[in-house]
Amino acid sequence: MAERSFATEVRQLRHGAGTTLHVEGILAVTKALLQSGVAYVGGYQGAPISHLMDVLGDAHDILDELDVYFENSASEATAAAMLGASVHYPLRGAVTFKSTVGLNVASDALANLASGGVTGGALVILGEDYGEGSSIMQERSHAFAMKSQMWLLDPRPNLTAIVEAVESGFELSEVSNTPVLLQLRLRSCHLHGAFVAKDNVRPPMTVTDAIENPRRELDRIVLPPASFRHEREKIDQRLPAALDFIRERGLNEVFGAGEADIGIIVQGGLYNTLNRALELLGCSDPYGRTRIPLYVMNVTYPVVDTEIVEFCADKRAVLLLEEGQPDYIEQNLNTILRRAEVAAALHGKDLLPMAGEYTASAVTRGVHAFLSRYLPEVLAGEPALLLPESDPRSPFAERVDPQAVQARPPGLCTGCPERPIFSALKLAERETGAHHISADIGCHLFSINEPFNLGATTMGYGLGSAGAAALNSKDADRRTIAIMGDGGFWHNGLTSGVGNAVFNDNDQLLVVVDNAYSAATGGQDLLSSAADHPRRSTGHAIEKAVRGIGVKWTRTVTDTYRVGELRDLFVRALTTKEPGPKVIVAQSECQLNRQRRERPRTNKAIKEGKRVVRERFGVDAETCTGDHACIRISGCPSLTLAANPDPMRTDPVATVTDTCVGCGVCGANAHAASLCPSFHRTDVVVNPTLRDRVLARIRTAWIAVLSAPVERRAAKYEVA
Amino acid sequence: MSNRQPTPRPITIAILAMGGEGGGVLADWIVAVAETAGYTAQSTSVAGVAQRTGATVYYVELFPTPTTDLPEGGRAEPILALFPTPGEVDIVIASELMEAGRAIQRGFCTPDRTALIASTHRVYAITERIAMGDGRVDGDLLLDAAHRGARRFVGADFLELAGQAGSVISASLFGALAGTGELPFDRERFEDAVRASGKGVESSLAAFALGYDAARQPPPRPARPRTAGGGPVAVTIGSRPPEDPAVVAATAEERRRRALADTDPGRLVGPALRDRAARVADFPEAARSMALHGCERTAVYQNPSYTDRYLDRVARVGALERDPRGEARLTAETARHTALWMCYQDTIQVGLQKIRRRRIEDIRERARTEPGQPMQVREYLHPQLEEITDTLPARLGGPLSRSALFGRLVARLTRNGMVVNTTGVVGYTMLWTMAAMRPLRPRSGRYGREQVAIDAWLDLVVETAASDYALACEIVECRRVVKGYGDTYRHGSESFAVLLDAARELRGRDDAATVLAGLTSAALADEDGTALRAAVAASGTESARTA
Repeated sequence: MAERSFATEVRQLRHGAGTTLHVEGILAVTKALLQSGVAYVGGYQGAPISHLMDVLGDAHDILDELDVYFENSASEATAAAMLGASVHYPLRGAVTFKSTVGLNVASDALANLASGGVTGGALVILGEDYGEGSSIMQERSHAFAMKSQMWLLDPRPNLTAIVEAVESGFELSEVSNTPVLLQLRLRSCHLHGAFVAKDNVRPPMTVTDAIENPRRELDRIVLPPASFRHEREKIDQRLPAALDFIRERGLNEVFGAGEADIGIIVQGGLYNTLNRALELLGCSDPYGRTRIPLYVMNVTYPVVDTEIVEFCADKRAVLLLEEGQPDYIEQNLNTILRRAEVAAALHGKDLLPMAGEYTASAVTRGVHAFLSRYLPEVLAGEPALLLPESDPRSPFAERVDPQAVQARPPGLCTGCPERPIFSALKLAERETGAHHISADIGCHLFSINEPFNLGATTMGYGLGSAGAAALNSKDADRRTIAIMGDGGFWHNGLTSGVGNAVFNDNDQLLVVVDNAYSAATGGQDLLSSAADHPRRSTGHAIEKAVRGIGVKWTRTVTDTYRVGELRDLFVRALTTKEPGPKVIVAQSECQLNRQRRERPRTNKAIKEGKRVVRERFGVDAETCTGDHACIRISGCPSLTLAANPDPMRTDPVATVTDTCVGCGVCGANAHAASLCPSFHRTDVVVNPTLRDRVLARIRTAWIAVLSAPVERRAAKYEVA
Repeated sequence: MSNRQPTPRPITIAILAMGGEGGGVLADWIVAVAETAGYTAQSTSVAGVAQRTGATVYYVELFPTPTTDLPEGGRAEPILALFPTPGEVDIVIASELMEAGRAIQRGFCTPDRTALIASTHRVYAITERIAMGDGRVDGDLLLDAAHRGARRFVGADFLELAGQAGSVISASLFGALAGTGELPFDRERFEDAVRASGKGVESSLAAFALGYDAARQPPPRPARPRTAGGGPVAVTIGSRPPEDPAVVAATAEERRRRALADTDPGRLVGPALRDRAARVADFPEAARSMALHGCERTAVYQNPSYTDRYLDRVARVGALERDPRGEARLTAETARHTALWMCYQDTIQVGLQKIRRRRIEDIRERARTEPGQPMQVREYLHPQLEEITDTLPARLGGPLSRSALFGRLVARLTRNGMVVNTTGVVGYTMLWTMAAMRPLRPRSGRYGREQVAIDAWLDLVVETAASDYALACEIVECRRVVKGYGDTYRHGSESFAVLLDAARELRGRDDAATVLAGLTSAALADEDGTALRAAVAASGTESARTA
């Protein structure tokens, strides 16, 4: 069950021609796929396109009606290989994943796909995770487009433009027999806007038709000598066909032609930011009526040289806005302009930052520098962000003590079952000493930060175990630890990590965090999910897979909240003489998903008058001495600070807020780490039974008897 | 180019929230309001999918439908930006006070333009929470920045208001947005957007209404200028109200106590301690209230003669007070730390704290139970071998602590801790019995050791006070490094011993007090003593014991 349900939103996918849809970017993309007659869709979830997978998952009724095949791929490589269905058949297919990490995983399949070429339109929708809020290394998809020769679309961040890019992307792919990458930047995926819908189109050939009428063409298969011909074909036939299509269809746009003898060339995805910068500088308006000629590259690869030459021919100078590095497009333009002997000066990374996101500030500064040099008379506005920071009118003038604003990195959620795993590991290391810990991708990577400070490297999804492969020595007196999530395990970790460790007789301890979902990407089900899924096969235990591949020492922990037991197990795994990899599968359900499932049930039970026990934890302010050791071993967002109610003590006490879900980890930590006795659990009985009431009476009476003398004595010394 | 008509500009709104707080819902509501009013609305975010608690920015632009024909040569729809531009944001909504500070720091909120709507509660960042002492950022700094960094500041505890209505903060903030009148839409339209979203409508509307009204009240002002450093803050009685009701109450209470401590100290303690209370008249004014707390606490902890011993100890140091008419730091802090040390947290004391009536009542209140509703309180206890043997009479505890058999027995019983139901007959009786061992405490091993150590510490204070008052104060205050239980307590005690050794060596040096204060901070900087070891090495007191 995914974190967010799109069951309501997907109804919009049924709307026909002429309806204006007010939706999020990912829903617009789905609608565009259906309008394009797509025959099959796949992909692997990951921000920012996780929700695209969730939308498709929730849209199965509509997909079924249109005979569109959809699957949740095992990895990006699987998704890319799916596009093999478009090699011989005129099937339109689309896959989606997060870039650039997804392209890394998929590039083997994509390179083969691009070499042989496609018959049906093949579209890869990339969620470009770059800039603010990104969780991955900062690289460009552009490199992949160039190296395998796949066309790269970068549409303006506008739903109509995005929908059109999907439709023209399929056509471009078909006329040039080349797979097409459609890049959606982080903010475009979460963009809410509006567009006018068209009717959905049933694919002219369905997957079923293709299966029943198999075809093969030998020269489309990547094997010599065909592979040598493919490279030539890319240059002699596919590229010219693509350039013709892009030109004829006007996929790239020119605005403000003839307004000035200078111009700006911009990637489509940056167009809105550029227009805002021009507005602030007094050179454009909200409808894009610009005083500066613009060439908007909605296709950033290939660069259409004739269009560039035409745009630059009558200009003194041109500025290129190209986000990220290396400056592939700038290098390309320089070659084009030089070959064509166009005199216009080309500016780009000399006036704009070489690295980093092109935010409104960065673009406004760069454009201002360019215009001040070549056409200062058009500058009618001077936004405050151009002022030096020392100017009190600058938005960046210091108005708040920098010490008072501290970083707030994402962390594990309240009740996360991974928190006790890291608490236990931290405690185990107190007994065994520190180890090299190789981390992986997933929520558990937050353990590298405070308060756990565990983990040294993260080499890629599912590569937690492989990342420690070299640190395997028979002479060492301790072993390495590797961590992997269930998502990474099924993505590739079983083979790249566990299988490799068995084969190479690696002595490492591998901890597989099994929270029953691909939790970091929004709670999608996977092979080992416990839930029954109507359309997928689940319940395949990780321990079985691990044993099947040859691991002898393996334990499954079904309740990670028992910190003390888990700590002891870690110590055993780190000290056992048993050779080969040691695998601990630490199972507990993702608390967010659990709450989503349980809360409605509990509320229903309460309404029906059934007995329900509500649990939450608390800290006695009197017993707490304000040392915060409990926070340092847990970091739970619900466990925070409160002013010390004791007038004699000055440091704040620990406190548990109302957001506590009663997971019990703070109590377990208090036990396992011998913390203070101030933790307690409160069980409130809702809809008590007769037994509850009678028992409560007896207890109250007994306590009243015993407490009377205690309170009488205290009253002698205390004032009420 | 000259025939351009001035076109309207978009209304720009940035929402700074933490993942999982409903910033997205708030953005959706704003979009819905605007769209029903015929605006073009665009919202974006960089929210990760599932990660919670991280700082997140949502951004909304609203563009009015033009009343005249669209200008020629432009696009059919306005081009809206995806980033908040520093200096160009009309409204900033911050779900928490530090996030408001972040909006100002990032230039989204500026004094010439921005209406800032911020909840004044604090959700502490992890760096604030894990500090061993008080790592909290001074909220007044943030509140002050909010006043100075915005064209208009609307502030209230919107989380609390949402809680009152049984709803979430996005609803009360949405109400506040409506209440500011910064957007050209009427209240009805805002409420319709909540109704249309269809979930928890009633409670959302109630929170909306509270937020709406709160936005029309003046925002809280910083309470007081605060001194740097993490030490105890002297209570100053200012005319401007502090933001936190708990602080307001505490300030008022302290004011009342100080007045009473001068005029009628007997009213600040129970009837059996009235005669002892009279003794505080010998102390400087500023230390009396604290000493009375100490009287009360030592008597409950042990008995009135223990209080006599407490007062003797404070009087001994108080005689050397250099600043009796001012803050009387030496006496007041001695009164504080001596009482806390004398009432060390042993199993008898914890047992007593657990069974007190007001504690159970507090817990009932926090859990929002109705009268008569069954509730149970389960304690997570983990008594350690030395904690048990320390409580027993020295003659019994000593041999037991050396007995391997007893050690194994305790370890087996407590390795995974014990859970005691204080609200049950057995559990309560057990804790009651523990508390009832109070008369045996003076014969326990730990009691003897603690009294010797307390006197040794005070000896050092007294010896130092005559020549170096500031250093004596620091020696008193460095006791604050001893906190917690188990390993934390052991580590604190080791640090304390290092600090006292250093203090002895520092005597006679001009910078002694400053150096010791620095060492105390270093002792609180980490859990393994690395910072303290480095600071000791740097301080030139090498011969001090290493932590």
